[in-house]
Amino acid sequence: MFKPEKLIFDGKRIDGRTLDQLRPIKIEVDFLKRADGSCYLEMGKNRVVAAVYGPREAYPRHIQDPTKAVIRYRYNMAPFSVEERKRPGPDRRSVEISKVSKEAFEAVIMKELFPRSVIDIFVEVLQADAGSRTACINAASVALVDAGIPMKGMLTSVAVAKVDGVLVLDPMKEEDNFGEADIPFAFLIRGDRIESIALLQMDGRMTKEEIKEAIKLAKKGAMEIYQMQREAIMKKFLEEGENG
Amino acid sequence: MAEDILSEIKKDYVLSKLRDEERIDGRKFEDFRKLEIKTSIIEKAEGSALVRLGNTQVVVGIKMQIGEPFPDTPEKGLIIVNAELVPLASPTFEPGPPDENSVELARVVDRGIRESEAVDLSKLCIEIGKKVWIIFVDIHALDDDGNLLDASAIASICALLNTKVPASRFGVGEDYELPIMDLPVSVTSLIVGDKFLIDPTRDEMSVGEKTLTITVDKNDNIVAIQKSGGYLLSESLFEEVIDASIRAARKIREEIIKYCSKIC
Repeated sequence: MFKPEKLIFDGKRIDGRTLDQLRPIKIEVDFLKRADGSCYLEMGKNRVVAAVYGPREAYPRHIQDPTKAVIRYRYNMAPFSVEERKRPGPDRRSVEISKVSKEAFEAVIMKELFPRSVIDIFVEVLQADAGSRTACINAASVALVDAGIPMKGMLTSVAVAKVDGVLVLDPMKEEDNFGEADIPFAFLIRGDRIESIALLQMDGRMTKEEIKEAIKLAKKGAMEIYQMQREAIMKKFLEEGENG
Repeated sequence: MAEDILSEIKKDYVLSKLRDEERIDGRKFEDFRKLEIKTSIIEKAEGSALVRLGNTQVVVGIKMQIGEPFPDTPEKGLIIVNAELVPLASPTFEPGPPDENSVELARVVDRGIRESEAVDLSKLCIEIGKKVWIIFVDIHALDDDGNLLDASAIASICALLNTKVPASRFGVGEDYELPIMDLPVSVTSLIVGDKFLIDPTRDEMSVGEKTLTITVDKNDNIVAIQKSGGYLLSESLFEEVIDASIRAARKIREEIIKYCSKIC
């Protein structure tokens, strides 16, 4: 990938988006037959599938918690999902993403309702183009609703990047590679408002003031994604109602 | 089981102290524990440091090798950070391949060094596109009494500060000091309700493994953030932690400079 001379031109990004515009998003609920809940999601060129299994009995037994459900989250990239073939299996990046994503869901799933059980969340990245962890969280969140898992609210995730000195919402690959900083967020949204931060990471270089601005921009984007997640879920349940 | 009961007692104690705005070891909320740094403790390594943060102890050793650069940065050296949470350091660490905690620790330390551009990687090229120096930063935990992450980050930058590039051993010129351009400091806070405790001890961590790490460069820029643990963070607390972390990082940086003679 070659570095374009400028990533922002006349207030527009190289794919024609404004600074605060999301990439196109497509959400399909109940995409898989075997899983208890599932979702297919596109966010720009990201294509991800999420599946939820459970609550089910936790094995091996020593991982059981008598007070609450154990949450497992596996983020996995298909070998063909990126430019250069990715060796199958977990690398250090996937391990870290799985950990912080799991923790975000631990904070919103009402796991005390299911002692000794496990809730497995599996996400597969079929194509990645920056922001795959955020796309996966958005998909997983919908899949959890589809599986009927009680949550405190919806988890919605989006990243903000600093590119050519300005902040942009939902960066794509070029902006991620050649930008100066990247902050992925996931928010708990309850009662149609953003309540708190469930996932937060950052790498790059930003001032304190820029981080504050980034939160604002991310919140705007998250509310838009949240509406799409909601619509997709409503659509599925309405259709189900019509078909008996 | 005895551990469980003890940790419940500790948890209650930490929380009851907290209600009186106090910490169990008498520190202020924004204070680090006593920091001690020893450098050049491993002769066989290109650079090394032993850091004691209270009772937490970490050794970092730097080894360098010649290898191929990444195709997109043909004139830059590489830096690889690895952490081993060996079983000698804690009853909860187990032998075997790195688990998610050691992977996360290594990656957060790596991000601080990389994003602050602490090491001038452009001075590590031997032959453009063919031969560059690869720096291996190996973090070896010795005693985990809480906040291994910050201790590891401090030990890593201190070890880098006294690293000599072993050029003569590899027959590519004379040895030279590794060029260091920044001094990133990671500051980890334990989040307890609407309060936060900087540099938590193992006992304090018994209230729940909910931390927020902010890494700050020498110009007070934020270069890395990591929220770790299954909890919800309010926006206002996040902003408070950023401010406090910037203040704490300045103090730690001064101490590092005091211990490590080379100043960048």
